[in-house]
Amino acid sequence: MSMSPVGATFVLSLAAYSTGACASLASWRKPALARYICCGAALAGAVLGGLAAVLGILQGTPVRWSVPSGIPLFAYSFSYDALGGFFNLTLAILAIAVSIYSFGYLKEFEGRRNIGFFGFLFHLLLLSLTIVFTAANAFLFLIGWEVGSLAAYGLVAFYHEQRESRQAGLLYLIMAHADVGCLLLGFALLIQGSGSAEFASFHSAAAQLSSGRQSAAFILFFLGFCIKAGVIPFHIWLPAAHPVAPSNISALLSGIVIKAGIYGMTRIFLDSLGGVPSWAGLVVLIVGVVSAVLGVLYALMEHDLKRLLAYHSIENIGIILMGLGAALIFRVAGHPQLAGVALIAAMFHTLNHAIFKCLLFLGAGSVLHSTGTRNMEEMGGLIRPMPVTAFCFLIGAVAISGLPPLNGFVSEWLTYQTLLAGFGAIGGLTRILFPLAGSMLALTGALAAACFVKAFAITFLALPRGAEARNAHESPRTMLIGMGWLALACAALGLGVTWFLPVFDAMTEQLLGQRVVSHLVTDHGLVLSAGMRTSGTVSPAIIAVGLLVLVLPATLLVAIGVRRFGRKRGPVWDCGLPGLSEENEYTATAFSKALRMIFSVLYKPRREIQAVFDVSPYFPREIHFESEIEPTFEKRLYAPLQEFIFRFSSRMRTIQAGSIHAYLAYIFVTLVLLLLFGVRK
Amino acid sequence: MTEVIINSGLQLVLLLLVAPLLSGMIKTLKARLQNRRGPGVLQSYRDIFKLLRKGMVIPETASWIFSAAPYMVFGTATLVGLMIPMTTTHAPLSLFGGVLAVVYLLALGRFFLALGGLDTGSSFGGLGSSREMTISAIAEPAMMLAIFTVALGANSTNLSEMAKIAVTQSWRFLAPSQMLAFAALFIVLIAETGRIPVDNPATHLELTMIHEAMILEYSGPYLALIEWGASIKQLVLMTLLVNTFFPFGLSSDWTVQTVGVGLAFYLAKLFLLACLIVLVETSNAKLRLFRVPELLMVAFILGALALISTFLF
Repeated sequence: MSMSPVGATFVLSLAAYSTGACASLASWRKPALARYICCGAALAGAVLGGLAAVLGILQGTPVRWSVPSGIPLFAYSFSYDALGGFFNLTLAILAIAVSIYSFGYLKEFEGRRNIGFFGFLFHLLLLSLTIVFTAANAFLFLIGWEVGSLAAYGLVAFYHEQRESRQAGLLYLIMAHADVGCLLLGFALLIQGSGSAEFASFHSAAAQLSSGRQSAAFILFFLGFCIKAGVIPFHIWLPAAHPVAPSNISALLSGIVIKAGIYGMTRIFLDSLGGVPSWAGLVVLIVGVVSAVLGVLYALMEHDLKRLLAYHSIENIGIILMGLGAALIFRVAGHPQLAGVALIAAMFHTLNHAIFKCLLFLGAGSVLHSTGTRNMEEMGGLIRPMPVTAFCFLIGAVAISGLPPLNGFVSEWLTYQTLLAGFGAIGGLTRILFPLAGSMLALTGALAAACFVKAFAITFLALPRGAEARNAHESPRTMLIGMGWLALACAALGLGVTWFLPVFDAMTEQLLGQRVVSHLVTDHGLVLSAGMRTSGTVSPAIIAVGLLVLVLPATLLVAIGVRRFGRKRGPVWDCGLPGLSEENEYTATAFSKALRMIFSVLYKPRREIQAVFDVSPYFPREIHFESEIEPTFEKRLYAPLQEFIFRFSSRMRTIQAGSIHAYLAYIFVTLVLLLLFGVRK
Repeated sequence: MTEVIINSGLQLVLLLLVAPLLSGMIKTLKARLQNRRGPGVLQSYRDIFKLLRKGMVIPETASWIFSAAPYMVFGTATLVGLMIPMTTTHAPLSLFGGVLAVVYLLALGRFFLALGGLDTGSSFGGLGSSREMTISAIAEPAMMLAIFTVALGANSTNLSEMAKIAVTQSWRFLAPSQMLAFAALFIVLIAETGRIPVDNPATHLELTMIHEAMILEYSGPYLALIEWGASIKQLVLMTLLVNTFFPFGLSSDWTVQTVGVGLAFYLAKLFLLACLIVLVETSNAKLRLFRVPELLMVAFILGALALISTFLF
């Protein structure tokens, strides 16, 4: 093993996670100690992992090392290259935030839950993700992948006394195994071609695959990674698993675990698989568009804060896929520079989404910690008792809505520019898809803004709607620091994008043979351009400064007015009826009513109103209101599938007689068949 | 750098002065067409001036978001105004934000205004915010398609570059794609600036308010900033329309003469567009809220047709 600084820090971070896992488990009887070990070791591992990533990216050339295992096809091969380094950097930024946050967050677990076991799973998840992002052997990759899925299962079902958690955990487990099954078959195709499980050997072998096998490999990998990433229609596990998991885990799930799917696609499609079928990029692009639009439309209907955020992850994965799909199309069409810009758009949005979604989930966790409810309809007015949480959540909300000058805007801007460039670069009728995808991105962005107006305003503004919200309190300082770190990152990556972009140079050079960042940054590093100075430019930093400069005189104007003519607080206009109460406020359901009506074809909303009255129906004593939308995918796709599986397995019960002789016979027959199959070759 | 600052200063003055004038002009024209005398062209200036000299009432339930919203509305509208070419092809800040930044900065202002509407806890505010976000969301794809059509023609999203290309082919608006894109953007303009048949800027009737419901609780200098910001936003969108589709009078150099001619042409074009808006406003009734998506769907289809016809012609 090479002992370069990258290798050394990387191994140290793996060691920190492993030690953390064991030490947390060992100290489970002492909750306070377990909490400090769990969070402290994770922080150390994350800082070391981040250091390794920064060193690795600065170094530019991939670092590889391999330890033989003695098992055929399997070796402990790692490759620390630009792509893996970038995902490790993303992981480190989130893990630092989450481990600081957890110091405060896990305190309420003390005496109630097993912090030691939680720490074990938490470290296992971080460890396995680090391995997935650096593995250079298919089996090592799959082991990391599987361990990560199992650890995530344990964490999703951590509140196992609740039925909801157990069911969500089971759903996640099933989906994770459907996913790993696809990957296993995909890798089997590649291994069959190359005779080795090393990633490095796939490149040349994949190029010689017949086009049918290449397509099959693409489809298998795409399915597998889509399930992991929560792309529609494989998204159903996300809105089930995210809300029931502890909030710091939801933050990691949405922030980085689903990004493993994006990592896999980038690694396999752009690196290992050499060339993908020419239609592959279009498929990725279209799936991305569908996911983005449907994801945000479903998010709008949620009033469970964490489910809402989970649907937004589906939307943002869609936006990332738009960039990735464009990159694949451009590469096949022979435009490596455009492909580079598209890849940067996708990867930058991956990082940005990781950061602001983690921030939003931590914010939701802070609210949940304080009020004990995820239902937005019971919240309200939290900006007064929880000012810091509210401010951090607002930063996240502005960023995820793609509004300038924060990071979400910059990566969406790059995606738009990519799609626009696609129209000029690609011949034929398919190019009309690019501007159409762009307009759907615009729809997505605007709906996301609507959704986050709802999420922020109903949660944090106006009057509290329930007793929990009235008695809310600000969260412990460590939780606020964790969120503040991510809010800072949102601002820094937006305003300072031109200084950050060179990080992608090594990645595009490795995957596409092109450095493109120098084309993207002009005017002394102040301005971001879409490849050419005339084609479109933007500067988030100048936009922020310009806003400040223009707002300043307005502030003065108002200040003078207030000084001379006064300013007082008064009651809200209540139409002359006595007193405005929280019952008059707009609710989350009411806010999204207009969109529910407009998109009723999709939602198929159903509502039921029962009024109990004494004399006249206009003066009801009590009203019972029920409203729901049809969960289309669950009902139309998964329910029939589940029924089919149940029916099929009850048929299969006839061969499961329970007799040991029968089972021995099965084993014998299988063995003989396998031997025959092996000898035939 | 100093050039940028001087240009910005000049354009800022123009922006701040012309915007209320345009609002006033539309009001007067509309009144005349309805056989009323109307308030006079300068009424919007008087309104803003009066509001700045009024005391302010802040709702008891409101937080700092309520106070931040007016500044965001005003700041984003004026900043966007500096990114758009008005009298010459050169906009002072066009290097720092093209048409995408314009759309998203306006969205930033709207985001905060919608929060401000909900912050008071009044049902009107929530109603206004909900409707405003809904309508702007479904207007967005049509707007982007129309903008893309123009941007693809100029091969740039930078508004100064787009204007430069447009000047070289002044009669391009006769091309079908441009006409369709103009029609789509015109519908979006109606929706974004809250005019009949989408919203009625003159109403305070609960059931039909959109923009007015959102700002119902604002008073004094805050209301002045919002009204001023809204009129600047309207000016910006109208400028976008007249200067990208009808680039007459725009020149690329800066002399007293060209700027003077540019200004005259610019005001004349704005006046004509204002007349068109007034005609639409007067000859139509306000649509039911749930009919508005159909109108915007028409805009979307026009945008898509515009895009497709760039292939054909």
